Amino acid sequence: MANATTNASDTMVGMSMNRTDEQVSPDPAATNDVVFRVRDLSVYYGEFRAVQDVNLDIRQNEITAFIGPSGCGKSTVLRCFDRMNDLIDSARVEGEIHYHGIDLYSPNIDPVEVRRRVGMVFQKPNPFPKSIYDNLAFGPRIGGIKAKSQLDEIVESSLRKAALWDEVKDRLKSSALGLSGGQQQRLCIARCVAVEPDVILMDEPCSSLDPIATARIEELMKEIVQDYTIVIVTHNMQQAARVSDRTAFFTTEVNPDGDRRTGRLVEYNPTAKMFSNPDDERTEQYVTGRFG
Amino acid sequence: MALSTPATMGGAAARDLTAALTRRKFDLRSKVVEFVLVSAMALALLILLTLIVDLVYRSASVWSDRPWDFLTGNLNSQNAAAAGVGQAIRGTLILCVIVVVVAFPLGIACAVYLEEYAGNSRFARLTQTNVRNLAGVPSIVYGLLGLAIFVQALSGVTGGRTVFSGGLALSALVLPIVVITASEALRAVPRSIREGALGVGATQWETIRSHVLPSATPGILTGTVLSLARAAGEAAPILLVGAATGLLRTGDQGIWQQLRGPFTGLPVSIFSYARQPGQDFRSLTAAASLVLLVLVLMMNGVSIWLRNRYERKW
Repeated sequence: MANATTNASDTMVGMSMNRTDEQVSPDPAATNDVVFRVRDLSVYYGEFRAVQDVNLDIRQNEITAFIGPSGCGKSTVLRCFDRMNDLIDSARVEGEIHYHGIDLYSPNIDPVEVRRRVGMVFQKPNPFPKSIYDNLAFGPRIGGIKAKSQLDEIVESSLRKAALWDEVKDRLKSSALGLSGGQQQRLCIARCVAVEPDVILMDEPCSSLDPIATARIEELMKEIVQDYTIVIVTHNMQQAARVSDRTAFFTTEVNPDGDRRTGRLVEYNPTAKMFSNPDDERTEQYVTGRFG
Repeated sequence: MALSTPATMGGAAARDLTAALTRRKFDLRSKVVEFVLVSAMALALLILLTLIVDLVYRSASVWSDRPWDFLTGNLNSQNAAAAGVGQAIRGTLILCVIVVVVAFPLGIACAVYLEEYAGNSRFARLTQTNVRNLAGVPSIVYGLLGLAIFVQALSGVTGGRTVFSGGLALSALVLPIVVITASEALRAVPRSIREGALGVGATQWETIRSHVLPSATPGILTGTVLSLARAAGEAAPILLVGAATGLLRTGDQGIWQQLRGPFTGLPVSIFSYARQPGQDFRSLTAAASLVLLVLVLMMNGVSIWLRNRYERKW
């Protein structure tokens, strides 16, 4: 617990937030500190409730996977962690998400500061239409780093972390759009890493990549999780089984009070348990391919 | 196994398949459509070409007798031998500069606000609808607006019937067009670019300045320069604001005096010469029209050049 607080204050510098007292999770398997604590989370798009009553803890230096059929709300929940849902006018969040014990949706939280600490890698690689160097330097530059030598260093170390340095070191000034899909996605991961975030959110990062590029990204995730906390949404159950420490299974249910389907969290457990001996029957059906 | 359909299918079936795959019907309908489309394009080109050839032919005497004199001469609706378009060219160029300085930044700023900040509020939708309506308002109405506001109400600033008032009236005319074209260019910037920038902790303004505006620049430039060509060709607004149609003498003046002095523009000169009787003035009308046409084509050329220049090379 004391450890969590130290970590929090390290990453929280410059953030104006209300601290709330944190409770130690009763989960006996929990060894790492809680980064995100989600309680009774529901997300609405206008009148439509996309996902409801989600409760889970995301732990530090772990890879947490969200799996489930389309429309089950796993991306919606993921996008709450860096306040990306704020960009959608009609989106509304109920319940609580605490980030290192701080209420993420408190009115005095600045979403920009949240996103500096909680980076995101998107489904489709989205490098900026600029050079490889400028893609990586953008984040540090807006963070106030101006010195060329320092930027050079960040660019190199980020590319190394993303296992892309050797492939692009001779063409840092050429367009990022000239890279292959897998390289572009690793560039996006490097761009994320360049601002030294605390958490990296990945929204189906491999869905547009071939198996070889996918394997490289997975390898990369396992390497960098020593320094970061990773939450990944995936349609690919094998991927979740291969890379993640914990898995959350979401599914959709018809609302009793309406005909639209709402996402719900069915089960959240260590990945090994989820794929061998899940608590919920629906999880077992899903992971064995009999449902969803 | 290699494809050996005829062998496996048997004679008759194979012949039918061959016939079906090789049949070439003369597709009359698509030929007719293609012909109609090509004719439409040819007609459009022919009209433009006829116009240019006709103007060149009718203005030939001006270009052979006194080309330089004409291009630098003063507006003169009495004496065709002394008349020229020097002041008109300068007037039109000054008008364009005023439009660039006033309407472009204002219009682009409006578009950025409407697209990036206003969201989907009722106010934003109402404004967008009305901007579209404004773009359809006849130019002479903007002339009346210019007369009432810039010439009369703001005469202390503009000096009354001056090139400054004319430029402001034209700026009001093209402002809605600039807003619409810039909005469309901004809307075309993919959402993923914005998310990428916001995702590494950029503020909204940093995202717009570093990624959205640069990506939208080619589209914005194309639209705005085309609207400038429209402003250069308008006669009605600047006539109402008070562009000179008769005799205009401009001596050596500083730029401020020139901005607050009487003026004329190419479309007004054309109008002015076209009203005069006689073969000489007819040639002058054609020659002035040709100058305006070349000026407008040059602006369109600049717009294409800018688009290619700023288009992302990747």
